[in-house]
Amino acid sequence: MNKPVSTSSHSAHSAHSARVEFFAGMRAIIPLVVGTTPFGLLFGALAISVGLSWWATMGLSLIVFAGSSQFVAAGLVGQGTSIGIIIMTTFVVNLRHALYAASLGPYLRHLSHRWLAPLAFLLTDEAYAAVIYRFEQADKSPNKHWFYFGGALLMYVNWQLWTAAGIVTGQRLQSVGDLGLEFAMVVTFIGIVVPLITHWPMLACALVSAITALMFHSLPHQLGLILAALCGIATGCAARYVSGKQATSDKKA
Amino acid sequence: MSALEEILLIAGMMVVTFGVRYSVLALSGRMEFSKHIEQALSFVPVAVLTALCVPILFKPDGFWLLSLDNSHLIAGVVSIFIAAVSRNLLLTIVLGMALFLSLHLGLF
Repeated sequence: MNKPVSTSSHSAHSAHSARVEFFAGMRAIIPLVVGTTPFGLLFGALAISVGLSWWATMGLSLIVFAGSSQFVAAGLVGQGTSIGIIIMTTFVVNLRHALYAASLGPYLRHLSHRWLAPLAFLLTDEAYAAVIYRFEQADKSPNKHWFYFGGALLMYVNWQLWTAAGIVTGQRLQSVGDLGLEFAMVVTFIGIVVPLITHWPMLACALVSAITALMFHSLPHQLGLILAALCGIATGCAARYVSGKQATSDKKA
Repeated sequence: MSALEEILLIAGMMVVTFGVRYSVLALSGRMEFSKHIEQALSFVPVAVLTALCVPILFKPDGFWLLSLDNSHLIAGVVSIFIAAVSRNLLLTIVLGMALFLSLHLGLF
């Protein structure tokens, strides 16, 4: 596919121009942009299939720009969830961005708010993954934020194009009838979640979340979703605490 | 969903999404997350996404459906195995979706 760009020669020259950084950022994010393309398409089609209008679907990509919470929102709209719960869920799903922002923030301290606002708006999992290594490189280039801007901007433009393509696809599919696009969302989440379960506290978190989600499912406005997620998180934290204690007592023994 | 509701939805999601990203990005020079919060956040994706999916698998039409006719449940369970073995997102989606559609459309 693409040649590995992540280790290209930034550190060879100490001060790159804004232009060079901008295009280097774009090159660095290409593999991730390619990887998210099917999801843009899938999101557009899914949102149309659950009954969102084409302009609201496009609006979510243009104005919110948060892949996984866009999927979650479309899924919740399909289940008739109230707007307040969808917004609350979006907040919870996006909390991980706080971690990325916290890690990038110190590198951007010198920038004005005119820079910080667009950079914050364009912050995604992929942008973070593609640009953090550039900031961690030792060279003192004053234009590293242009690297971030270039990569994140390419990600944004590509996401819009494929959302639009997905909308067109979704409108065609609708006339064919229900093809079960809802399951496309479920299987996407399964593919994301299962590989994240690498230790037993995470497994405990998933199991408790699953069981309580079923228990609380009949609560109004999908309140059960938030409750179940909180139960899962609490269980995970408790399990991590217990396993941490075990690890220290094992060391002592 | 009415046009007004759609506008409210987009505006609300924009506020919470941009709000988290911007406030932390602007403040993070001055603050640090405690280890406990960081750890709790690491469970968020799994907890939320699981809670969202599982009811759809067991109650695809809003009520319990524990039978071989439940194509959501069967394709979902198989997809979990595919994901666990392959750890490949796109492969899981393609195979899971193919199985679901063949069950859903009654191919077998």
